[in-house]
Amino acid sequence: MGDAGKLMADTLAIARAAAEAAARHSYGKLIAFLAARTRDVAGAEDALADAFAAALERWQVEGVPARPEAWLLTVARRRSIDQMRRRQTGIAAEDHLRLMAEEIEAKDANEGLPDERLRLMFTCAHPAIDAGMRAPLMLQTILGLDAATIASAFLVPPATMGQRLVRAKSRIRQAGIPFRVPEREELDGRLDAVLEAIYAAYAEGWTDPNGSESRRRGLADEAIWLGRLVVSLMPQEPEALGLLALMLFADSRRHARRSPCGDFVPLAEQDIALWDTAMIAEAETLLGKAAGMGKVGRYQLEAAIQSAHAARLDLGATDWTAIASLYAALGALTHSPVVAVNHAVAAALAGRADEALRMLDQVADDPRLAEYQPYWAARAEVLERLGDRAAAAAACHRAIGLEPDPAMRRFLQAKLATLEA
Amino acid sequence: MRYMLLIYANEAAVQGNPDKVKDVSPAYIAYTNAMRDAGILLGGEPLQPTAYATTVRSRSGKTEVLEGPYAETREQLAGYYMIEAPDLDAAIGWAARCPGAENGTIEVRPLWEMRAS
Repeated sequence: MGDAGKLMADTLAIARAAAEAAARHSYGKLIAFLAARTRDVAGAEDALADAFAAALERWQVEGVPARPEAWLLTVARRRSIDQMRRRQTGIAAEDHLRLMAEEIEAKDANEGLPDERLRLMFTCAHPAIDAGMRAPLMLQTILGLDAATIASAFLVPPATMGQRLVRAKSRIRQAGIPFRVPEREELDGRLDAVLEAIYAAYAEGWTDPNGSESRRRGLADEAIWLGRLVVSLMPQEPEALGLLALMLFADSRRHARRSPCGDFVPLAEQDIALWDTAMIAEAETLLGKAAGMGKVGRYQLEAAIQSAHAARLDLGATDWTAIASLYAALGALTHSPVVAVNHAVAAALAGRADEALRMLDQVADDPRLAEYQPYWAARAEVLERLGDRAAAAAACHRAIGLEPDPAMRRFLQAKLATLEA
Repeated sequence: MRYMLLIYANEAAVQGNPDKVKDVSPAYIAYTNAMRDAGILLGGEPLQPTAYATTVRSRSGKTEVLEGPYAETREQLAGYYMIEAPDLDAAIGWAARCPGAENGTIEVRPLWEMRAS
């Protein structure tokens, strides 16, 4: 490659790096700003994609502009107006865009783009959007993940996920779902939907702790990023702090959850040297701050349970009695059979296996548990402690049949072998 | 945006119970007045029961006329309001106040705006 060729390659690389940096920092902000004014998320995405393509082309010739974000917005806005004209509809939307132009010019004079991602998040998690689509919608609009990446994380065919995303976005536009942070009186319920969607994204990442499937790697990171965003935008909401703490606690053990050969390692047997102590410290701080706000909630309680597990770092042992009572509080709040199962396990490990079996019997009829692997694994654990090895083996056998994760299945099979020995 | 609030109710439950009609009428009057006062009401009427419905369709040039409603369902379309609301949240807010939401169901549907520029 000659000097001229090298120079061109360098300019291209600089333009590309600048465009990528702008994409990482500004994508969600730009979508939120555009979509909140036109109510057209898909249109905003198209316009912004065009703007990024134009940036790659022009920045290598003209150099990277002083304010890349403002440059991208100006181009994207022009594209949006073109879209409107082509469709020959939506006079009101065109008015919005004209207003937006004035707004941008006014804003440009003093500070940067207003951050409206919170409004966009509430739109994505609106009750009129199917609950299962809220997390995918957020991952796409705020973070710019493509449909294929989201599809593989949620174990849905890419074309299906693509269609569902398109439908959800046109629903936002056609049904008139607003872009705004709800009023105080409905905020709690609506914020809950936002947090739930973020946690759903985290849980999808969580099922793949080693990131063995490369495309799924990092969805946990993306969810934590969204959690941080909510906390930065709503620092006075204890449940937002609680959710971020919960995800950080869980993530601090990511590398301890699998043995070097990929086998499942239960929490009690994890090597605490593999836990990320900086992450745990951050989670503790968040949880402490949330607790100081005097409004207990689901995520704070779950984070407190994780905090009690993390205390093994200092105490050398796990305080199962404390964990069992936290689960009792969580169960009283959520009435979840899944919480009841965890509560029973904690009680058994705290030395109260009789009580644990009664708890499991109480929820045994719940249809949600019939095919829930952890329920049968918990029964096996409790029955073993009570000395009923035959019944424990039967429960363990059932758990194996219900488990889709091979690593977890191997762990349960090893357990069954000891029960039958 | 313009929205239709479609009120679905179990006709049988209402017909067998004239007192019930008397109970809800004042509530509907108050509700309609509240929407009018808020300046959002574009129109709205109650409908006669589906027993008086006639279904019409054209098939291969022939008009078929059938007695009865389009579909037999547990709840039937009993009336509608058309409102002007800034967004879905506002429309949902009005739907929730409809007396018919208590025992029946309100479907909120945006109108297909046919404006050309």
